[in-house]
Amino acid sequence: MTRHEQILDCLMVHLERLSPKGGKLHADADLANELGLDSVNVMDLLLEVEDEFDISVPVNVIADIHTPRQLASAIEKIEAA
Amino acid sequence: MALFDKFKKLADARAALMATEPCPLGTRIDEVFSPTQGRIGDQEVILAGTNNYLGLTFNSDCIAAAHHALDAEGSGTTGSRLANGNYSGHQALEIELARFFERPSAIVFSTGYMANLGLIGTLVGPGDTVVLDADCHASIYDACRLAGVDVIRFRHNDPRDLDKRLGRLGDKIDSTLIIVEGIYSMLGDRAPLKEIVAVKRQHGGYLVVDEAHSMGVMGEHGRGLAEAEGVEADVDFVVGTFSKSLGAIGGFAVSHHRELDTVRLASRPYIFTASPSPATIASVRVALDIVANRPALRHQLWSNAERLYAGLAHAGYELGPQSGPVTAALLDSPQQAVAFWHALLEHGVYVNLVLPPATPGGRALVRVSVSAAHDTTQIDRIIEAFTTLKPMLSSSAKP
Repeated sequence: MTRHEQILDCLMVHLERLSPKGGKLHADADLANELGLDSVNVMDLLLEVEDEFDISVPVNVIADIHTPRQLASAIEKIEAA
Repeated sequence: MALFDKFKKLADARAALMATEPCPLGTRIDEVFSPTQGRIGDQEVILAGTNNYLGLTFNSDCIAAAHHALDAEGSGTTGSRLANGNYSGHQALEIELARFFERPSAIVFSTGYMANLGLIGTLVGPGDTVVLDADCHASIYDACRLAGVDVIRFRHNDPRDLDKRLGRLGDKIDSTLIIVEGIYSMLGDRAPLKEIVAVKRQHGGYLVVDEAHSMGVMGEHGRGLAEAEGVEADVDFVVGTFSKSLGAIGGFAVSHHRELDTVRLASRPYIFTASPSPATIASVRVALDIVANRPALRHQLWSNAERLYAGLAHAGYELGPQSGPVTAALLDSPQQAVAFWHALLEHGVYVNLVLPPATPGGRALVRVSVSAAHDTTQIDRIIEAFTTLKPMLSSSAKP
Protein backbone atom coordinates (compact mmCIF):
# COMPACT_ATOMS: atom_id res chain seq x y z
CA MET A 1 0.00 0.00 0.00
CA THR A 2 1.45 3.39 -0.98
CA ARG A 3 1.64 6.29 1.46
CA HIS A 4 -1.06 8.06 -0.56
CA GLU A 5 -3.38 5.08 -0.14
CA GLN A 6 -2.69 4.90 3.59
CA ILE A 7 -3.56 8.58 4.00
CA LEU A 8 -6.69 8.17 1.91
CA ASP A 9 -7.83 5.25 4.08
CA CYS A 10 -7.40 7.32 7.24
CA LEU A 11 -9.32 10.21 5.68
CA MET A 12 -12.20 7.90 4.80
CA VAL A 13 -12.53 6.87 8.45
CA HIS A 14 -12.84 10.51 9.52
CA LEU A 15 -15.20 11.35 6.67
CA GLU A 16 -17.44 8.41 7.47
CA ARG A 17 -18.07 10.01 10.85
CA LEU A 18 -18.19 13.70 9.84
CA SER A 19 -20.23 13.53 6.67
CA PRO A 20 -23.80 14.57 7.51
CA LYS A 21 -25.33 13.36 4.24
CA GLY A 22 -25.91 9.78 3.26
CA GLY A 23 -23.89 10.37 0.07
CA LYS A 24 -21.72 7.58 -1.27
CA LEU A 25 -18.24 7.99 0.14
CA HIS A 26 -15.46 7.50 -2.39
CA ALA A 27 -12.07 9.01 -3.13
CA ASP A 28 -13.39 11.37 -5.78
CA ALA A 29 -16.63 12.40 -4.05
CA ASP A 30 -17.18 16.15 -3.92
CA LEU A 31 -16.85 17.12 -0.25
CA ALA A 32 -19.56 19.78 -0.44
CA ASN A 33 -22.02 18.65 -3.09
CA GLU A 34 -21.88 14.86 -2.63
CA LEU A 35 -20.91 14.48 1.02
CA GLY A 36 -22.74 17.55 2.30
CA LEU A 37 -19.79 19.04 4.19
CA ASP A 38 -19.91 22.79 4.68
CA SER A 39 -16.80 24.94 5.09
CA VAL A 40 -16.86 24.56 8.88
CA ASN A 41 -17.09 20.75 8.59
CA VAL A 42 -14.07 20.74 6.28
CA MET A 43 -12.07 22.95 8.65
CA ASP A 44 -12.98 20.62 11.52
CA LEU A 45 -11.80 17.69 9.39
CA LEU A 46 -8.46 19.46 9.04
CA LEU A 47 -8.12 19.68 12.84
CA GLU A 48 -8.42 15.90 13.01
CA VAL A 49 -6.11 15.36 10.06
CA GLU A 50 -3.45 17.55 11.66
CA ASP A 51 -3.52 15.48 14.83
CA GLU A 52 -3.67 12.16 12.98
CA PHE A 53 -0.57 12.94 10.92
CA ASP A 54 1.11 15.41 13.32
CA ILE A 55 1.38 18.08 10.65
CA SER A 56 0.10 21.59 10.08
CA VAL A 57 -2.42 21.93 7.27
CA PRO A 58 -3.21 25.60 6.69
CA VAL A 59 -6.93 26.28 6.28
CA ASN A 60 -6.18 28.28 3.16
CA VAL A 61 -5.20 25.13 1.23
CA ILE A 62 -8.78 23.88 1.27
CA ALA A 63 -9.87 26.44 -1.30
CA ASP A 64 -8.32 24.17 -3.94
CA ILE A 65 -9.42 20.86 -2.40
CA HIS A 66 -12.74 19.35 -3.43
CA THR A 67 -12.29 15.59 -2.94
CA PRO A 68 -10.73 13.18 -0.42
CA ARG A 69 -8.13 12.22 -3.04
CA GLN A 70 -7.04 15.84 -3.44
CA LEU A 71 -6.81 16.22 0.34
CA ALA A 72 -4.69 13.07 0.57
CA SER A 73 -2.34 14.49 -2.05
CA ALA A 74 -2.04 17.75 -0.12
CA ILE A 75 -1.22 15.89 3.10
CA GLU A 76 1.35 13.72 1.33
CA LYS A 77 2.98 16.86 -0.05
CA ILE A 78 3.09 18.53 3.39
CA GLU A 79 4.56 15.39 4.95
CA ALA A 80 7.27 15.25 2.33
CA ALA A 81 8.18 18.94 2.71
CA MET B 1 -23.36 29.28 -14.00
CA ALA B 2 -24.97 32.72 -14.21
CA LEU B 3 -23.87 35.47 -11.86
CA PHE B 4 -26.52 35.07 -9.18
CA ASP B 5 -27.06 31.30 -9.45
CA LYS B 6 -24.57 30.59 -6.68
CA PHE B 7 -26.82 32.36 -4.17
CA LYS B 8 -29.89 30.22 -4.95
CA LYS B 9 -29.13 27.61 -2.31
CA LEU B 10 -28.79 30.31 0.35
CA ALA B 11 -31.91 32.12 -0.82
CA ASP B 12 -33.94 28.88 -0.84
CA ALA B 13 -32.80 27.97 2.67
CA ARG B 14 -33.66 31.44 3.92
CA ALA B 15 -37.07 31.41 2.22
CA ALA B 16 -37.93 28.04 3.75
CA LEU B 17 -37.30 29.33 7.25
CA MET B 18 -38.32 32.94 6.97
CA ALA B 19 -41.75 32.89 5.36
CA THR B 20 -43.40 34.75 8.25
CA GLU B 21 -42.92 38.47 8.85
CA PRO B 22 -41.15 40.02 10.65
CA CYS B 23 -38.06 38.29 9.38
CA PRO B 24 -35.57 37.18 12.08
CA LEU B 25 -32.64 37.91 9.79
CA GLY B 26 -32.25 41.62 9.22
CA THR B 27 -35.31 42.40 11.32
CA ARG B 28 -36.63 45.88 10.65
CA ILE B 29 -36.76 47.80 13.92
CA ASP B 30 -39.34 50.48 13.28
CA GLU B 31 -38.69 52.69 16.28
CA VAL B 32 -35.98 52.83 18.94
CA PHE B 33 -37.22 54.49 22.12
CA SER B 34 -34.19 53.91 24.35
CA PRO B 35 -31.19 51.55 24.62
CA THR B 36 -33.58 48.81 25.75
CA GLN B 37 -36.96 49.55 24.16
CA GLY B 38 -38.20 49.66 20.61
CA ARG B 39 -41.03 48.79 18.25
CA ILE B 40 -41.07 46.06 15.62
CA GLY B 41 -44.23 46.25 13.52
CA ASP B 42 -47.09 46.68 15.98
CA GLN B 43 -45.19 45.13 18.85
CA GLU B 44 -43.33 47.15 21.47
CA VAL B 45 -40.35 45.10 22.56
CA ILE B 46 -37.56 44.92 25.08
CA LEU B 47 -34.35 45.06 23.05
CA ALA B 48 -32.39 42.04 24.27
CA GLY B 49 -30.48 41.38 21.07
CA THR B 50 -28.10 44.32 20.78
CA ASN B 51 -24.47 44.89 21.73
CA ASN B 52 -25.34 48.03 23.67
CA TYR B 53 -23.71 46.68 26.81
CA LEU B 54 -23.45 49.94 28.73
CA GLY B 55 -26.54 51.54 27.21
CA LEU B 56 -24.58 54.53 25.93
CA THR B 57 -26.42 54.99 22.62
CA PHE B 58 -28.79 57.43 24.33
CA ASN B 59 -26.32 58.94 26.79
CA SER B 60 -27.03 62.67 26.85
CA ASP B 61 -23.36 63.68 27.04
CA CYS B 62 -22.42 61.48 24.06
CA ILE B 63 -25.32 62.87 22.05
CA ALA B 64 -24.50 66.47 22.99
CA ALA B 65 -20.87 66.00 21.91
CA ALA B 66 -22.02 64.45 18.63
CA HIS B 67 -24.43 67.34 18.02
CA HIS B 68 -21.71 69.87 18.66
CA ALA B 69 -19.26 68.13 16.29
CA LEU B 70 -21.94 67.88 13.63
CA ASP B 71 -22.57 71.62 13.83
CA ALA B 72 -18.91 72.54 14.05
CA GLU B 73 -17.31 70.14 11.55
CA GLY B 74 -20.10 68.88 9.33
CA SER B 75 -21.65 65.52 8.59
CA GLY B 76 -18.61 63.69 7.25
CA THR B 77 -14.91 63.99 6.51
CA THR B 78 -15.24 62.86 2.86
CA GLY B 79 -11.75 61.44 2.89
CA SER B 80 -9.10 59.04 4.11
CA ARG B 81 -7.03 59.58 7.24
CA LEU B 82 -4.03 59.76 4.91
CA ALA B 83 -5.61 62.54 2.87
CA ASN B 84 -8.16 65.12 4.02
CA GLY B 85 -9.93 62.97 6.63
CA ASN B 86 -7.54 63.37 9.53
CA TYR B 87 -9.22 65.84 11.92
CA SER B 88 -7.92 66.83 15.32
CA GLY B 89 -10.66 64.68 16.90
CA HIS B 90 -9.35 61.50 15.27
CA GLN B 91 -5.88 62.10 16.61
CA ALA B 92 -7.16 63.13 20.03
CA LEU B 93 -9.15 59.88 20.23
CA GLU B 94 -6.03 57.87 19.38
CA ILE B 95 -4.13 59.61 22.17
CA GLU B 96 -7.00 58.95 24.57
CA LEU B 97 -7.23 55.29 23.56
CA ALA B 98 -3.48 54.85 24.08
CA ARG B 99 -3.79 56.46 27.51
CA PHE B 100 -6.85 54.35 28.39
CA PHE B 101 -5.05 51.11 27.51
CA GLU B 102 -1.75 52.35 28.99
CA ARG B 103 0.04 51.55 25.73
CA PRO B 104 2.06 53.91 23.52
CA SER B 105 0.35 53.29 20.18
CA ALA B 106 -3.23 53.40 18.91
CA ILE B 107 -4.87 53.51 15.48
CA VAL B 108 -8.53 54.31 14.83
CA PHE B 109 -10.30 52.52 11.98
CA SER B 110 -13.68 53.18 10.40
CA THR B 111 -15.32 49.98 11.70
CA GLY B 112 -14.42 47.11 14.00
CA TYR B 113 -14.41 44.77 11.02
CA MET B 114 -11.86 46.99 9.32
CA ALA B 115 -9.74 47.17 12.46
CA ASN B 116 -9.14 43.43 12.15
CA LEU B 117 -8.63 43.67 8.40
CA GLY B 118 -6.35 46.66 8.82
CA LEU B 119 -4.23 45.27 11.63
CA ILE B 120 -4.00 41.54 10.93
CA GLY B 121 -4.15 41.90 7.16
CA THR B 122 -1.16 44.24 7.27
CA LEU B 123 1.00 42.74 10.03
CA VAL B 124 1.27 39.34 8.34
CA GLY B 125 1.49 38.15 4.76
CA PRO B 126 2.47 35.18 2.60
CA GLY B 127 5.02 33.01 4.41
CA ASP B 128 3.77 34.08 7.85
CA THR B 129 1.36 32.11 10.04
CA VAL B 130 -1.77 32.91 12.02
CA VAL B 131 -2.87 30.43 14.69
CA LEU B 132 -6.42 31.31 15.71
CA ASP B 133 -9.19 30.00 17.91
CA ALA B 134 -11.62 28.03 15.74
CA ASP B 135 -14.54 30.22 16.88
CA CYS B 136 -12.92 33.54 15.96
CA HIS B 137 -15.09 36.14 14.25
CA ALA B 138 -15.45 36.25 10.46
CA SER B 139 -13.54 39.53 10.32
CA ILE B 140 -10.45 37.71 11.61
CA TYR B 141 -10.77 34.95 9.03
CA ASP B 142 -11.33 37.58 6.32
CA ALA B 143 -8.24 39.48 7.46
CA CYS B 144 -6.21 36.30 7.04
CA ARG B 145 -7.58 35.83 3.53
CA LEU B 146 -6.67 39.40 2.69
CA ALA B 147 -3.15 38.80 4.01
CA GLY B 148 -2.60 35.53 2.14
CA VAL B 149 -1.16 34.10 5.35
CA ASP B 150 -1.16 30.43 6.39
CA VAL B 151 -4.03 29.89 8.86
CA ILE B 152 -3.94 27.16 11.49
CA ARG B 153 -7.00 26.75 13.73
CA PHE B 154 -6.91 25.39 17.27
CA ARG B 155 -9.90 23.93 19.07
CA HIS B 156 -12.05 26.54 20.76
CA ASN B 157 -10.75 27.67 24.16
CA ASP B 158 -8.30 24.76 24.31
CA PRO B 159 -4.80 25.95 25.35
CA ARG B 160 -3.40 22.40 25.08
CA ASP B 161 -4.54 22.23 21.49
CA LEU B 162 -2.89 25.61 20.87
CA ASP B 163 0.30 24.30 22.49
CA LYS B 164 0.33 21.30 20.14
CA ARG B 165 -0.16 23.44 17.05
CA LEU B 166 2.44 26.05 18.00
CA GLY B 167 4.88 23.20 18.69
CA ARG B 168 4.65 22.11 15.05
CA LEU B 169 5.65 25.50 13.65
CA GLY B 170 9.40 25.40 14.31
CA ASP B 171 11.15 28.62 13.23
CA LYS B 172 7.93 29.97 11.77
CA ILE B 173 6.88 30.94 15.29
CA ASP B 174 8.91 34.16 14.96
CA SER B 175 6.41 35.58 12.46
CA THR B 176 3.28 33.99 13.93
CA LEU B 177 0.23 35.79 15.27
CA ILE B 178 -1.88 33.96 17.85
CA ILE B 179 -5.42 35.35 17.80
CA VAL B 180 -8.19 34.92 20.37
CA GLU B 181 -11.19 36.92 21.53
CA GLY B 182 -11.99 38.22 24.99
CA ILE B 183 -15.67 37.25 24.95
CA TYR B 184 -16.95 35.16 22.04
CA SER B 185 -19.98 36.76 20.44
CA MET B 186 -22.17 33.69 19.92
CA LEU B 187 -21.98 31.71 23.19
CA GLY B 188 -20.70 34.56 25.34
CA ASP B 189 -17.87 32.46 26.77
CA ARG B 190 -14.45 33.89 27.57
CA ALA B 191 -10.97 32.88 26.42
CA PRO B 192 -8.82 31.12 29.07
CA LEU B 193 -6.36 33.93 28.60
CA LYS B 194 -3.95 33.14 31.44
CA GLU B 195 -3.40 29.64 30.04
CA ILE B 196 -3.11 30.95 26.48
CA VAL B 197 -0.52 33.48 27.62
CA ALA B 198 1.42 30.69 29.33
CA VAL B 199 1.51 28.76 26.04
CA LYS B 200 2.63 31.86 24.18
CA ARG B 201 5.42 32.44 26.72
CA GLN B 202 6.64 28.89 26.14
CA HIS B 203 6.65 29.01 22.33
CA GLY B 204 6.88 32.68 21.32
CA GLY B 205 4.89 34.52 18.68
CA TYR B 206 2.70 37.58 19.02
CA LEU B 207 -0.67 37.58 20.76
CA VAL B 208 -3.68 39.50 19.44
CA VAL B 209 -6.79 39.72 21.62
CA ASP B 210 -10.00 40.97 20.05
CA GLU B 211 -11.78 42.67 22.95
CA ALA B 212 -14.82 43.72 20.87
CA HIS B 213 -17.29 42.21 23.34
CA SER B 214 -15.20 42.58 26.50
CA MET B 215 -13.96 46.17 26.36
CA GLY B 216 -16.05 48.29 28.74
CA VAL B 217 -17.42 45.06 30.16
CA MET B 218 -14.45 43.47 31.96
CA GLY B 219 -11.49 44.68 33.98
CA GLU B 220 -11.29 47.25 36.75
CA HIS B 221 -10.96 50.09 34.23
CA GLY B 222 -12.97 48.44 31.45
CA ARG B 223 -9.96 47.48 29.33
CA GLY B 224 -11.29 43.98 28.80
CA LEU B 225 -10.40 40.40 29.57
CA ALA B 226 -6.62 40.96 29.47
CA GLU B 227 -6.96 43.52 32.25
CA ALA B 228 -9.33 41.31 34.22
CA GLU B 229 -6.88 38.41 34.00
CA GLY B 230 -3.81 40.56 34.76
CA VAL B 231 -1.99 39.60 31.53
CA GLU B 232 -1.96 42.85 29.57
CA ALA B 233 1.84 42.89 29.31
CA ASP B 234 1.72 39.59 27.41
CA VAL B 235 -0.85 40.80 24.89
CA ASP B 236 0.94 42.41 21.96
CA PHE B 237 -2.10 43.86 20.23
CA VAL B 238 -5.64 44.63 21.37
CA VAL B 239 -8.30 45.12 18.71
CA GLY B 240 -11.70 46.50 19.51
CA THR B 241 -14.77 48.30 18.30
CA PHE B 242 -16.75 51.42 19.08
CA SER B 243 -20.02 49.74 18.10
CA LYS B 244 -20.67 47.79 21.28
CA SER B 245 -20.05 49.18 24.76
CA LEU B 246 -19.10 52.57 23.29
CA GLY B 247 -22.44 52.85 21.48
CA ALA B 248 -21.31 54.22 18.11
CA ILE B 249 -19.34 52.77 15.17
CA GLY B 250 -15.63 52.44 14.41
CA GLY B 251 -12.73 50.32 15.53
CA PHE B 252 -9.22 50.50 16.90
CA ALA B 253 -5.98 48.68 17.52
CA VAL B 254 -3.57 49.43 20.37
CA SER B 255 -0.18 47.97 21.18
CA HIS B 256 2.84 48.24 23.38
CA HIS B 257 4.90 48.00 20.17
CA ARG B 258 5.54 51.60 19.18
CA GLU B 259 5.97 50.40 15.60
CA LEU B 260 2.21 49.92 15.38
CA ASP B 261 2.09 53.48 14.13
CA THR B 262 3.86 52.42 10.92
CA VAL B 263 1.06 49.95 10.12
CA ARG B 264 -1.16 52.83 9.08
CA LEU B 265 1.23 53.60 6.22
CA ALA B 266 0.68 50.17 4.67
CA SER B 267 -2.81 49.22 5.80
CA ARG B 268 -5.19 49.27 2.85
CA PRO B 269 -8.37 49.10 5.01
CA TYR B 270 -7.06 52.19 6.85
CA ILE B 271 -5.96 54.10 3.78
CA PHE B 272 -8.59 53.36 1.17
CA THR B 273 -11.72 54.37 3.02
CA ALA B 274 -13.17 57.51 4.53
CA SER B 275 -12.46 58.23 8.19
CA PRO B 276 -15.21 58.15 10.83
CA SER B 277 -17.50 61.19 10.91
CA PRO B 278 -16.73 63.99 13.39
CA ALA B 279 -19.99 63.28 15.26
CA THR B 280 -19.02 59.61 15.70
CA ILE B 281 -15.56 60.51 16.97
CA ALA B 282 -16.93 63.08 19.40
CA SER B 283 -19.47 60.62 20.78
CA VAL B 284 -16.85 57.88 21.20
CA ARG B 285 -14.47 60.21 23.04
CA VAL B 286 -17.14 60.93 25.64
CA ALA B 287 -18.15 57.27 25.84
CA LEU B 288 -14.53 56.23 26.44
CA ASP B 289 -14.35 58.68 29.31
CA ILE B 290 -17.54 57.19 30.75
CA VAL B 291 -16.12 53.66 30.48
CA ALA B 292 -13.01 54.79 32.35
CA ASN B 293 -14.78 56.72 35.08
CA ARG B 294 -18.14 55.06 35.71
CA PRO B 295 -17.45 51.49 36.82
CA ALA B 296 -20.97 51.41 38.29
CA LEU B 297 -22.26 50.79 34.75
CA ARG B 298 -20.15 47.61 34.54
CA HIS B 299 -21.40 46.48 37.91
CA GLN B 300 -25.00 47.00 36.81
CA LEU B 301 -24.35 45.12 33.57
CA TRP B 302 -22.95 42.10 35.43
CA SER B 303 -25.77 42.16 37.96
CA ASN B 304 -28.25 42.04 35.05
CA ALA B 305 -26.23 39.35 33.26
CA GLU B 306 -26.12 37.08 36.28
CA ARG B 307 -29.83 37.56 37.01
CA LEU B 308 -30.72 36.64 33.43
CA TYR B 309 -28.39 33.62 33.27
CA ALA B 310 -29.69 32.27 36.57
CA GLY B 311 -33.30 32.80 35.48
CA LEU B 312 -32.88 31.02 32.14
CA ALA B 313 -30.92 28.18 33.74
CA HIS B 314 -33.67 27.79 36.34
CA ALA B 315 -36.23 27.64 33.51
CA GLY B 316 -34.33 24.63 32.17
CA TYR B 317 -32.56 26.10 29.15
CA GLU B 318 -29.30 24.72 27.81
CA LEU B 319 -27.07 27.80 27.93
CA GLY B 320 -23.56 28.81 26.97
CA PRO B 321 -20.96 27.83 29.57
CA GLN B 322 -20.58 31.16 31.40
CA SER B 323 -22.79 34.03 32.50
CA GLY B 324 -21.99 37.35 30.88
CA PRO B 325 -23.46 40.10 28.75
CA VAL B 326 -24.21 37.52 26.05
CA THR B 327 -26.28 34.49 26.99
CA ALA B 328 -27.01 31.90 24.33
CA ALA B 329 -29.90 29.44 24.61
CA LEU B 330 -29.17 26.40 22.46
CA LEU B 331 -32.05 24.87 20.54
CA ASP B 332 -32.56 21.67 18.61
CA SER B 333 -33.19 22.82 15.06
CA PRO B 334 -33.36 25.92 12.88
CA GLN B 335 -37.12 25.39 12.42
CA GLN B 336 -37.66 25.29 16.17
CA ALA B 337 -35.43 28.33 16.68
CA VAL B 338 -37.34 30.40 14.10
CA ALA B 339 -40.70 29.52 15.72
CA PHE B 340 -39.30 30.30 19.16
CA TRP B 341 -37.91 33.65 17.98
CA HIS B 342 -41.36 34.66 16.69
CA ALA B 343 -43.00 33.55 19.93
CA LEU B 344 -40.55 35.62 21.98
CA LEU B 345 -41.34 38.64 19.83
CA GLU B 346 -45.06 38.14 20.44
CA HIS B 347 -44.20 38.17 24.15
CA GLY B 348 -42.43 41.53 23.69
CA VAL B 349 -38.82 40.33 23.66
CA TYR B 350 -36.43 40.87 20.75
CA VAL B 351 -33.35 38.61 20.68
CA ASN B 352 -30.93 37.51 17.95
CA LEU B 353 -31.58 34.33 16.01
CA VAL B 354 -28.37 32.59 14.91
CA LEU B 355 -28.42 29.59 12.62
CA PRO B 356 -25.77 27.14 11.39
CA PRO B 357 -23.17 27.37 9.94
CA ALA B 358 -22.63 30.67 11.80
CA THR B 359 -22.98 28.89 15.15
CA PRO B 360 -20.42 26.90 17.14
CA GLY B 361 -21.09 23.18 16.94
CA GLY B 362 -23.68 23.68 14.21
CA ARG B 363 -26.49 24.27 16.76
CA ALA B 364 -29.29 26.80 16.33
CA LEU B 365 -29.40 29.36 19.09
CA VAL B 366 -31.08 32.48 20.32
CA ARG B 367 -28.61 35.01 21.59
CA VAL B 368 -29.80 37.20 24.43
CA SER B 369 -27.72 40.22 25.34
CA VAL B 370 -28.13 42.46 28.32
CA SER B 371 -27.31 46.09 28.93
CA ALA B 372 -26.54 48.12 31.99
CA ALA B 373 -29.58 50.13 30.90
CA HIS B 374 -32.00 47.21 31.40
CA ASP B 375 -33.85 47.51 34.68
CA THR B 376 -34.72 44.54 36.87
CA THR B 377 -38.31 44.55 35.65
CA GLN B 378 -37.15 44.15 32.05
CA ILE B 379 -34.75 41.33 32.92
CA ASP B 380 -37.56 39.57 34.77
CA ARG B 381 -39.91 40.05 31.79
CA ILE B 382 -37.33 38.40 29.53
CA ILE B 383 -37.01 35.47 31.94
CA GLU B 384 -40.80 35.24 32.21
CA ALA B 385 -41.20 35.07 28.42
CA PHE B 386 -38.60 32.30 28.17
CA THR B 387 -40.21 30.42 31.04
CA THR B 388 -43.70 30.68 29.55
CA LEU B 389 -42.48 29.47 26.16
CA LYS B 390 -40.33 26.60 27.40
CA PRO B 391 -43.01 23.94 26.75
CA MET B 392 -42.91 24.66 23.00
CA LEU B 393 -39.33 23.37 22.99
CA SER B 394 -40.10 19.98 24.47
CA SER B 395 -39.26 17.08 22.17
CA SER B 396 -42.92 16.24 21.69
CA ALA B 397 -43.93 19.78 20.73
CA LYS B 398 -44.12 20.63 17.04
CA PRO B 399 -42.40 23.88 16.08
